[in-house]
This record gives sequence, C-alpha cells and structure tokens, in this order.
Amino acid sequence: MKLDSKVPSGPLPDKWTKHKFESKLVNPANKRKYSAIVVGSGLAGASAAATLAELGYVVSCFCFQDSPRRAHSIAAQGGINGAKNYQNDGDSVYRLFYDTIKGGDFRGREANTYRLAEVSVNIIDQCVAQGVPFARDYGGLLDNRSFGGAQVSRTFYARGQTGQQLLLGAYSALSRQIGLGTVEMHTRTEMLDLVVVDGRTRGIVVRDLITGKISSHAADAVLLATGGYGNVFYLSTNAKACNVTAAYRAYKKGALFANPCYTQIHPTCIPVAGDYQSKLTLMSESLRNDGRIWVPKKVGDNRAAADIPEAERDYYLERKYPSFGNLAPRDISSRSAKEVCDEGRGVGETKVGVYLDFADAINRLGKNVITERYGNLFDMYERITGEDPYTVPMRIYPASHYTMGGLWVDYNLESTIPGLFVLGEANFSDHGANRLGASALMQGLADGYFVIPYTLGDFYARSKQSGITTDHEAFKKAEQEAIDRQEKFLSINGKRSVDSFHRELGKVMWDYCGMGRNEAGLKKALEMIPPIREEFWQNVKVLGNGDELNQSLEKAGRVADFLEFAEIMCHDALDREESCGAHFREEYQTEEGEAKRNDKKYTYVAAWEYNGVGVKPNLHKEELEFENVELATRSYK
Amino acid sequence: MNLTLYVWRQKNADDKGRMETYAAKNISTHMSFLEMLDVVNEDLIEQGIEPIAFDHDCREGICGMCSLVVNGRPHGPEKATTICQLHMRHFKEGDKIYIEPWRAKAFAVVKDLVVDRSALDRIMAAGGFVSVNTGGVPDGNSIPISKVDADTAMDAAACIGCGACVASCKNASAMLFVAAKVSQFASLPQGKVEASRRVRAMIDQMDVEGFGNCTNFQECEAACPKEISIKFIAKMNREYLKSSVAPSKG
Repeated sequence: MKLDSKVPSGPLPDKWTKHKFESKLVNPANKRKYSAIVVGSGLAGASAAATLAELGYVVSCFCFQDSPRRAHSIAAQGGINGAKNYQNDGDSVYRLFYDTIKGGDFRGREANTYRLAEVSVNIIDQCVAQGVPFARDYGGLLDNRSFGGAQVSRTFYARGQTGQQLLLGAYSALSRQIGLGTVEMHTRTEMLDLVVVDGRTRGIVVRDLITGKISSHAADAVLLATGGYGNVFYLSTNAKACNVTAAYRAYKKGALFANPCYTQIHPTCIPVAGDYQSKLTLMSESLRNDGRIWVPKKVGDNRAAADIPEAERDYYLERKYPSFGNLAPRDISSRSAKEVCDEGRGVGETKVGVYLDFADAINRLGKNVITERYGNLFDMYERITGEDPYTVPMRIYPASHYTMGGLWVDYNLESTIPGLFVLGEANFSDHGANRLGASALMQGLADGYFVIPYTLGDFYARSKQSGITTDHEAFKKAEQEAIDRQEKFLSINGKRSVDSFHRELGKVMWDYCGMGRNEAGLKKALEMIPPIREEFWQNVKVLGNGDELNQSLEKAGRVADFLEFAEIMCHDALDREESCGAHFREEYQTEEGEAKRNDKKYTYVAAWEYNGVGVKPNLHKEELEFENVELATRSYK
Repeated sequence: MNLTLYVWRQKNADDKGRMETYAAKNISTHMSFLEMLDVVNEDLIEQGIEPIAFDHDCREGICGMCSLVVNGRPHGPEKATTICQLHMRHFKEGDKIYIEPWRAKAFAVVKDLVVDRSALDRIMAAGGFVSVNTGGVPDGNSIPISKVDADTAMDAAACIGCGACVASCKNASAMLFVAAKVSQFASLPQGKVEASRRVRAMIDQMDVEGFGNCTNFQECEAACPKEISIKFIAKMNREYLKSSVAPSKG
C-alpha cells in the first residue's frame, strides 16, 4: 500500500490556501443530498457536526454519554494556543508551527502542523463570538499566559476550565443545529462497528445503551472524533469510558493505525494512592509556571518537606534545563520524575511522587495572586489528597494523558478507507511524537471548524453519494456480528470482572510500554498480553442482559478491544529503535539521558495494517519530508 | 472502615424500585465515593448480583455525569464538591449511607441510580447559544469586554449541567441551570443581541419539560457543586421582564 499524504505542493504558508481553492465545492442546493455521520461529540466532533450542518449537509451525531456536553474535552484545564501575538512578544504562525514540530521531536507532518498553527487564530475569534468567557485584563482585551514548552504567551484560557468552556461553545453551536433539526443527535449510543462495502465507508453499527438495540446507520461519509486510547493503561487522566473501540474497529476494517506507541505521559498528576485507584487526576501544567519541582538530594529521606533545608533539595529540572527549568516539555519532565523516583528519591507515602512547591511563588506574589491563578486547582488537590497545597507542597507524578498516535489520515483528514475521516485526538496527524500543552484543544477545533468543512465538501463533490442503504447485507452481517459478540460476553459467566482484566492489562502496559521502554520489556509484554486476552474470553463475568442498560457489558466490549490493540502498541514501540518525543527507548539515549533520535532510519510515520488477532500487523511507512525546518536535536537546556 | 449502604435499585423505567442493603467492607479513607462503589460492585459481581448502575465519567468534577443523592443531599455532604470528588475521609466507621438517584418529574429513572437528563439538552437547543455560524466572525479583540463582565459570565458559565439544582429543589425547578446560561450570554456583548429571544425560548422549554418554578428556597445554590449563585436567577428574571416589556429587541 502506498501512503499518499496528499500534501499540496508549493511554499508552506500557501499550501492550505491553495488547497482550499483547488478543492471542489458542492452547490448549495445539493448539500442537503449529502449525509455525514459524526461519531463523538467532543471538541472535534461537536464542532464538525455543527459546522457541517450550518453548511447544509445532513448530519447525524453519536455519543455514548447522556449528553454531548460531557465528552472528555471538557476536562482540559490549561488553555488553547493561538498565534495571535496579542502580547507583542514575538509570536507568529510560523513560530507556533515551529514550536509544535520541534516539540513533536520532528516526527510530525510539516504541512498539517503549519495548517494547525494557521487556523489557530480563527479558532480564538470563533470562540469569542460564541460567547466563550476567556480571561481578560482590565483593559477588556484577551489575556494570555505562557504554557509548557513555549517561550511566548500565546495561551488563551478561561480560569482552569478552558476545555469546558470551549466544549460548551461547540456544544451550544451543536445544540443550535439540533434545535433547528439539521443535526440528528443520538446520545447514549455507542459505535460498535464500521461498515465498508467495495472499499468505501458506508456507515456504522451502533448499540443504544438504554434499550440494548443494535442498529445500522448509513451515510455518504463517516467522521470519527472518538478521542484517544490512553485508557489502555487502565489508570490515566482520561474519563472512565474513553476507549479505542471506534478507531480499532475501523482499523480491523482496513484503516491503518499510525504511531500507536506515541503516548504522552503528563508530568503533573496526583500520584496513585492505592490498589482501588480508578483514575488519575491531572493538575494543569500551568502550575509549573509558578511551582518549583524538587525532591530531596538524599536517597530515602523521610523528613517532611518543610524540614528539608534548601541546600538538601534537588530542583532537578532547573538544574538540568536552566533555560526552560520547570517548564521543560512534558516528556522530559515526566521522564525526569521517573528517574528521581527510580533512584529512591521520591516523596510521599508510596515514594512514587515529586514535590511541586509554591512557597517561593507565594512569598514573591502573595497568596491572593496564587489563588486568583490556581485557586480551583488548589481546591481540587485538597479535596482529593486532604492536604493544603498553600502550606504543604503538592505531590505529583506522571500519568497517561494523551495519545499522539491514532488512525492514519492524509492532509484531508481522510483515512486509508475512502469516506472515513478522522478528527482530533483520534487521528495521528499534527503532534508528531509529543504534543505541546494547550495544543489538543486547538487541534480538535481546527479539525472540526476549519478543516473538515473544506475537505469533506471536496470528497462529496468527487465521489458522489454512497448509494448503499442499511438494507445492504454488509450492514446485516455487521449487526449480527455485534449481536453474537454481545451474546458471547453474556454467556461466558466466568469468575473475573471486566475491570480486573483491564487493570491487569494496564499494569503490563505501564510497566513495559509506558514512560521507558526497552526491547526485552516489550517482548515480554507481547508474551504477557495474549494469555490475558485468552483468559478474558474464557473467564470474564458479565451479569445482566443485553436488552437493557448494562455497564459491565459496555466495558467488556471496550476492554476486549484494548486487549487486542495493546499488542500493536508494543509492536510499534519495539519496531521504532530510537527515542523520540514521548517514545523513550532506554537503549537509545545520549550520555545525559536524553532521547536520541535516529533520523536516518526512522523519519517516517509507522502505519500498521491489521493482519489478524495476535498476529504482527504489516508496517507501511510514510516518509516525512522536512522542507522548511532543519532536524535539530531538541535542546531545552 | 466498614459501612452499610442503602441503595436504590430499579431495573428500568417501568419497575417500581426499592432500597437494597449492602455492606461496604475494608474501605480506605483515601478512596473517592465512586471508588467505594466500584469496590462494592466488584463484590456484588463476585456474589452473582448485578452491579449497581450509576452515571460517572471524568471523575474529576467537570463532566457533570455523576449524579447521586447521598444521605438526602445531591452530591453528598461536602460543599462545592461533586460526588466523584467526595472522598471517604468524610465518613467514619459504621456509617449508614443512603444512595438514591436524582428525583424529579423531568428526570425519569433509567436504571438504579441513572436518570434521563435530556430535558436539559432540549432547553439548550431551544436557545442556549449565540447564533453565529463558523467563520466570518470579527477579531477576538475587536470588542473589549470589561473584566468584571467577563468574570461574571465565567461565574455563570461554570455550570456543569449535572442537574443537582433540580434534584435539590422541592419544586424540581431548573431555574438555576437556565439562569446560568441566560446570565452568561446576557453579560457579554456577543450574547446581548438575541438576549430577549433567548430567555423566552429557554424558559418556555423549561416549562414544557415539566420543571417546577422557583420559590426562593435557595437549595439549588447550596447543592451546586460549582457554587453558581442564585443572583443569576434574579438576573434571568430581569431579562425575562425586559423581554416582556420590549419584546421586539432581539
């Protein structure tokens, strides 16, 4: 299979403009003859569904939550980047592009990333027009702050709830279309399969989570905006129901899965407290603007933080990266935290944590300023841990947070199956091997508001209607398979709960395919996963029935897919014999312990093709061409 | 610690429902309330009893999915805390805990502790937006907005749409939910253009859905995990009055 990225020719800054002009248009009167299914209602899904409906297409949107407003985009705290240069501090579209490519350790596609930076300015305008209450200064203009890995202040924010406010903006635009009858919204409805006939996407099979009814929906195009797969680790900052199923089902139907090993571990989360832990909570990394990260210099120092004198503290990020200090990119900060904990210098009861200390900032700025900036985060921390971060330093530790990998898409966001488009975190396209802070919200909205409306129109104009309805035997077959699979889960009646398998898988993935990876560990994981999967299919216990709300049954389907998907991640991590961005192979590091890329061999996107359960997938490569930036060694020193 | 739970079990919307008693054993004080329920559910599965169905997702207090009435209070005893963020250190050995679903005419029980809150979405679809299409909007800084107004809008916009206000109200009124959205937009120039039409459409839909009226008991503000102030209900009432006096505007 030849992967054609369809990146337009011409100078980088002109590509998108040229591409939009060259895209075919659908006549306004004909738009109502084309339909799109949008799966997911987060930033990417809601913005796409609303915008496509505004244009006049027939749109249906599906989400498994009880309301589209609950998608996990809502949990993003820190902000959204926009290359507005409102602060007059040297920002530009090119700088945002460059920072993003560099932050991704030169494993992203230049043209996509440039386009992302280019439309970032439109996103801010759009959100303001929708009534998103961004923070403002006393002159009434929009406020900005600097955010992980950036030396300019380009991050727009709404207190610590930026994701919520942006999602509610997109949700309100979507609600408006639902009210107008131009979007048919299906809540509490989960996609179980993708239907492909004659090499083109024709629709999806879904389960109504309340009645259990399995049904088919056909359309001229399907857009997956189904988020990331961070819950493969069981413990992550993702919402409990986030899963890989939609993307994985598409993969099994022929879409390629790109760079699955690029999983971001966020440096500032509340550490694990016990075995019952169900999820990890992120503390916005904006905290790193004012907090200082440290551990004791001495191994096994059990004194309370306040009793450890300044001279016996190791502010290891400031020491190792003097110019970026506590704002070093996420992958570097996370790995450094793991290193000091592995050395036995971790803090807290479990010793798996580091301090994030605000004492200096409170002395310098006053408690009021800190409350104004981070009050809600401090409250949240205290609620969870029972400790007051104004007086005792926070304890933090990295956790799975975001996945840069995803379904392979070309410049049009179209996957390798014609008619299947992938948006937001679910695709692989814009962040390379590591995502910078405040860029996920940007990408979700860029894809939904400003990219897909153009590229989908071009697809419709070129390929015409699908012409296949849900009466087609392919839909009947997919429905039957979904029913059989559900019956299977309910009939095993084994001894272990679904969650117990998920935890077991998550531990294997965290230990061997997490922050640090090596050949032996990855091979071991590949040996450990199949037996877990086999036991799952023989020994899982799912009570209740299929024709009613059954949360165990929902989880069973998701975990079954994680149990297959996990192997692709390990294969990808094993195959990439270099360290880059969030993918850290312990064998490939500099003397100082930094990621060591191998640009000669691995400057490509690894796109994997399904080859059967438990069988190594086929690797296809999209060579990355850098015409505008020079591949430099990332240095944050 | 060990606790006794009294949990509302209801097979589906047609079932009458009843309280069941379960033991919650070896609960750590560091657990969240929902993690405690996870542990109980694992135990029930082992016994061959169907686990308790409850809504939850982000477990960090922002998605608005979790919705339990604990000991008679929506989201439990802690102020400004969703039930997913409530930790077991607030309970003690031997406590009896009553767990029920949101109860309101407009929120039908789907199963156990899960209710149907789609009425809130329909209120939003009736008018909870600024009617702008994607593209063609002015620069973000073209309209300065005073920090006070922006902050007021943000205070109102913090609503997570969980419905605790409805569950806490003896009239099952959704006034705080609607007022928060009306006030967010009415505080901003972008939202003022159609403020009059919005407030009427949303309130009309609220009535259609079967929510009750406000009689100023202020239970909603006390129960709201985001501490949305009832001053916004006053603001909504003003907006509504304005729209009646000068209905042609917006």
